[in-house]
Amino acid sequence: MATTIADDLRPMHHPRSWIGKYVWSQDHKVIAIQYGLTAISIGLVALVLSVLMRLQLGFPGAVPAIQPDNYLQFVSMHGMIMVVYLLTALLLGGFGNYLIPLMIGARDMVFPFVNMLSYWFYLLSVLILVTGFFVPGGPTGAGWTLYPPQAISEGTPGHQWGIVTMLVSLAVFVVAFTMGGLNYVTTVLQARTKGMTLMRMPLSVWGIFIASIMGLLAFPALFVAAIMMLLDHLAGTSFFMPAMQSMGQTTATVGGSPILFQHLFWFFGHPEVYIVALPAFGIVSDLISVHARRNIFGYRMMVWAIIIIGGLSFVVWAHHMYVSGMNPYFGFFFAVSTLVIAIPTAIKVYNWLLTLWRGDIHLRVPMLFAIGFIFTFIHGGLTGLFLGNVSVDVPLSDTFFVVAHFHMVMGVSPILVIFGAIYHWYPKITGRMWNDMLGKMHFWITFLGVYAIFLPMHYLGILGVPRRYFALGETAFIPPSVHLANQAITVAALVVFTAQSLFFINMIWSLFRGAKADPNPWGAASLEWQTPDTPPHHGNWGPHLPTVYRWAYDYNVPGAPRDFIPQDEPPS
Amino acid sequence: MSLLGRLTEKSWQTPGAGTDIDPAEYRPPAAQVMLYVYCAVAVMIFALMTMAYLMRMELHAGMGHAGDWKSLPEPMLLWINTGLLALGSVAWEAARRTASGANGGYDRDGMRRGALIGGLLGLAFLGGQSLLWRQLHAAGYYLSANPANAFFYLLTATHGLHLVGGIIGWLRVLSHPTPLGVRLCAIYWHFLLFVWVLLAGLLLST
Repeated sequence: MATTIADDLRPMHHPRSWIGKYVWSQDHKVIAIQYGLTAISIGLVALVLSVLMRLQLGFPGAVPAIQPDNYLQFVSMHGMIMVVYLLTALLLGGFGNYLIPLMIGARDMVFPFVNMLSYWFYLLSVLILVTGFFVPGGPTGAGWTLYPPQAISEGTPGHQWGIVTMLVSLAVFVVAFTMGGLNYVTTVLQARTKGMTLMRMPLSVWGIFIASIMGLLAFPALFVAAIMMLLDHLAGTSFFMPAMQSMGQTTATVGGSPILFQHLFWFFGHPEVYIVALPAFGIVSDLISVHARRNIFGYRMMVWAIIIIGGLSFVVWAHHMYVSGMNPYFGFFFAVSTLVIAIPTAIKVYNWLLTLWRGDIHLRVPMLFAIGFIFTFIHGGLTGLFLGNVSVDVPLSDTFFVVAHFHMVMGVSPILVIFGAIYHWYPKITGRMWNDMLGKMHFWITFLGVYAIFLPMHYLGILGVPRRYFALGETAFIPPSVHLANQAITVAALVVFTAQSLFFINMIWSLFRGAKADPNPWGAASLEWQTPDTPPHHGNWGPHLPTVYRWAYDYNVPGAPRDFIPQDEPPS
Repeated sequence: MSLLGRLTEKSWQTPGAGTDIDPAEYRPPAAQVMLYVYCAVAVMIFALMTMAYLMRMELHAGMGHAGDWKSLPEPMLLWINTGLLALGSVAWEAARRTASGANGGYDRDGMRRGALIGGLLGLAFLGGQSLLWRQLHAAGYYLSANPANAFFYLLTATHGLHLVGGIIGWLRVLSHPTPLGVRLCAIYWHFLLFVWVLLAGLLLST
């Protein structure tokens, strides 16, 4: 049948106007930047919400405008925005779009129009989400997990309209992601250039590829759950709604199963953790290898570990439900599968460390963030061992220990990788160099700051301080030190929050005033650094696609004239 | 090369572009790959709904909500609609076979005829399904009256929306008939028939 090596694809869609080039663009690089900027903008909203929560927890009553209802709404919106609308969208929609075609030597995604639609649906989902702040009753305050029956019952903030905007927005997001994900998977399978075998792809592409497949298979669960809850709320069905007494009245619903929602939600929710983590794993592997001037240790093992983690992550979901009253044998199964995931994950961590071992480490800003990620990820991974075991998890459930764990492992860690990746690829994306001093200040304040924020939370959790509480009040088991720790955490959070302005100042200032960047400033071997133009033009490559002769990690090869050999350099 | 062979390649040992190049001819058309991947997504959607269906049913038994789950009647129309969809699939298969003649020497008119009949039968199925909805609604089987009704409407609506997507593809094929387009439509119709048979089996057996 027809050949589809990228050279033979249909004639490129060439935009004719400014609007066609930058707004209704079908160029994967422009779409990537649109995705990235939208995700960062909505992420900033979630960041502000976290600061408001911290103000309430550290200095209760200092901001009188924050009432209990608002606090719950901030918790819910912060969580959902950060996980779905920032991390997923930025890592897959942003980096996936930018890196896949450039790294595999394609001119664009295989379906540029669908790719464009994906972004506009994503933007629509963000706008619907934001309308939640303006509807009567405000956004939902049901927690990011949106558990029924409370999410749609009287007494929960936003149970009338806020939950509707949230569910509709999620459904639209899933549609947007499916269009993007189909593109990423098909492009990796179909549009690799000559010589780019699967095992010559950089690990960034592997991480994004497997995460896209996982997203395609996991997001339907969220979609189904959202539609069913919408029907429960708007049409009076009882998929999830049991017989209840609400405000002294017996509700019309009967027989629904709240646990059913939890299963559906976590069947999406746990793979989601790895949908965020796998691209980060891949990207950090490439950053470490490039800046340590060494091939990644155990490349094949790294690829297999990504695939195995992706598979296993579909059979661990109920470890989020140990306190839901499940059968103990059920819990035993999920505890075992959860702990088994530690094996491929540990392989990855060892391989990162072994790549650094005796490497020619250049502590540039992207590398600092990559090494920072290893710290926070090991840290968050180890507390995961506590929570993966049923008997340890039960007393720690719904405490600040859980908050500390997941912020370390899937909040801070991917964010550090995202910062590292932005610093790493910024010269290619913009053609300019950022300010090194500001970058290093940004790293150190952020890295030390997140430890100041999240390390004490483990202690609070072990004391039994519950999460999602507006105020702790007078309770026997909460000593005064908890209030002191909460104040310190809030101060650290304010410092880290403010320090992020260093990043934005650096990026915006460098865009106009930064020094012209070298096309390959880090001496990287992978294809995206070998483009004829920096930033790459529409179509990425000149008249001919590159041919790939080797893997992406030929650094310090004995006898080679330079300390790296680009993937498209023929063997001598 | 087998998938296992690809995934065990020692890519660091083999500089050069010799034998390890993916032959371009081995790659199926991108649209076909995307369709297969989408079918996997749709399988997840329907599988999850089916799991939810079974869990919701079982739960009512275990928790003793007597009379909560009341199965729907099994009207004749359900069988007629199933037959329409199956005939549509047959028509698409005929179109696909005429379209896969060697070296472009295919029977263009035969292909168009098959595609036209297949798509019209798809429309007839959708019409039949909406008639079924109206009959059940008129008989008092409202969406919110019973979880069995709610699941019935949810499953049929989701399946119907997928077929609407197929109809959009069909309209594109009618305006630009290509062997590839016909083949993709045929694959999709077979897939939706397969899903429908499983769904109908679930609805009839419970």
